Amino acid sequence: MSPFPLDRGSLWRLVALGKCRSGGAHPLTMTQTTSPNQPALAPAQESAISAAHRHAREKRDVSDEGQTVLIEIEGLTKRFGAFTAVDDVSFTVARGEVLGFLGPNGAGKSTTMRMLAGFMIPTAGTARIQGHDVQTDGVAARRVLGFLPEGAPTYGEMSVTGFLRFCARIRGYRGAELASRVMHALALTRLESVRLQPVETLSKGFKRRVGLAQALLHDPPVLVLDEPTDGLDPNQKHEVRELIKQMRPQKAIVISTHILEEVDAVCTRAIVIAAGRIVADATPAELHDMNPSGKLDDVFRQLTLEAA
Amino acid sequence: MRNISIVAGRELAAYFATPVATVFIVIFLILQGTLTFNLGNFFDRGQADLNPFFNYLPWVFLLLVPAITMRLWAEERRLGTIEMLLTLPITQGQAVLGKFLAAWAFCAIALALTFPIILTVRFLGAPDMGAIASGYLGALLIAGAYLSVGSAMSALTRNQVIAFVLGVAVCFMFAAASYPLVTDFLSRNTPVMAEVARRFAIVDRYQAFTRGIISLRDLVFFTTFIGFWLFLTTVLVDQRKAD
Repeated sequence: MSPFPLDRGSLWRLVALGKCRSGGAHPLTMTQTTSPNQPALAPAQESAISAAHRHAREKRDVSDEGQTVLIEIEGLTKRFGAFTAVDDVSFTVARGEVLGFLGPNGAGKSTTMRMLAGFMIPTAGTARIQGHDVQTDGVAARRVLGFLPEGAPTYGEMSVTGFLRFCARIRGYRGAELASRVMHALALTRLESVRLQPVETLSKGFKRRVGLAQALLHDPPVLVLDEPTDGLDPNQKHEVRELIKQMRPQKAIVISTHILEEVDAVCTRAIVIAAGRIVADATPAELHDMNPSGKLDDVFRQLTLEAA
Repeated sequence: MRNISIVAGRELAAYFATPVATVFIVIFLILQGTLTFNLGNFFDRGQADLNPFFNYLPWVFLLLVPAITMRLWAEERRLGTIEMLLTLPITQGQAVLGKFLAAWAFCAIALALTFPIILTVRFLGAPDMGAIASGYLGALLIAGAYLSVGSAMSALTRNQVIAFVLGVAVCFMFAAASYPLVTDFLSRNTPVMAEVARRFAIVDRYQAFTRGIISLRDLVFFTTFIGFWLFLTTVLVDQRKAD
């Protein structure tokens, strides 16, 4: 049950995907986009596609009403020597969307998120957060971004409140507002009981939530969370998912995850990435339809093994 | 400016939240005390000045300052906290400067705790307080110079031991440039290099301070020296933060 109207959202996303893959790939077939050696399309097919493009674009304009695109990624590429970690990835995320970022280990999820957060310098391409380029206008972009890095790193010797107060001060809060921001973030992530403990003495789940609290502190319009539920117990996972669902209407959210059930639980849309390339960009319902079994596990395996 | 002081404040508090601060300060004071009173013959000299104290300071700092700076960036990178720090809305320059200032303030605290030696010399005679004050200023500047080198070395690697060894080595090059062993060797073989070495001889410049001479030229030198290494740190952090 996706809360996102299916026929409306899905089509333009497929088109966006088609465009990002240099415009030549068939916009309606996911797997095709992964193989650059695909024979060129026949002219007749081509015109049929461009008609579909046009049609879809009209649809998108309608669906864009009331939706603000907050994250724009264009042709993002990262190479480490000869190894291409992220290969020409493009997508946009609008307010009200929760984008699930899926893919096997080493597929380039964290690298993409790091580039989006302005931490890693892309080899090519750009990323913008609320219109601010993360490279040329980084401070402004990071001001409107809440980012949970992979593994939720925090300063271990600081207390939970101490750490959050530090982040809040950097974010420009002072006095009573600073205190209320920290209290609010503690309440959202249920950290009140451990707020005076040094972070290094906390369990993995608590540490993860400290990182999450840091990302939510300033109530940012854009949230990028790298595996926010990793290491949490089932109850805590449920709480975090509820939290993400609650925040959904006001924010553009990107979460990366290995847990496929999370896609159904919170995401309005999912991107599957394998070997640095986007192999699918669809709503959860569409993903289910990609394999006869209807199971996300099978879809995931089908998409990512083909690409590898 | 605000961001720099917030980063510096957090960093300074971190020194005191771990045993680093205590160990550093205690060892520093013991070393300085032993060297001044035993090797430096503080009492037998019969002179009311702090020369024995100041003479050993660059060498004690040479060993201990890289121990402070080795964790500066290497640890952030190893623990991944650098990803958190640099995705906050601050510039890298602010982070580099904040961390450097915290380390410098920490050195200043350690130096300030050597105050009993001033009391001692005041009790025993009538020292030139101006020379002592300028000597302390020089000590602070030489600590800053070592710290800036150390922070660049720390940004170079994620391994703290490597950061420490490199820090000591590079600082030693600048410190040893003042000594005849090095200058004589250079002037015999490469006179051009001898001239260069003399200009970068930080201990020479420091010794002017301990004699009570504060020259604008030396102040400019230390400022540029520190500025250069901090700039290098910023470049290195930018380049290597995500490796």
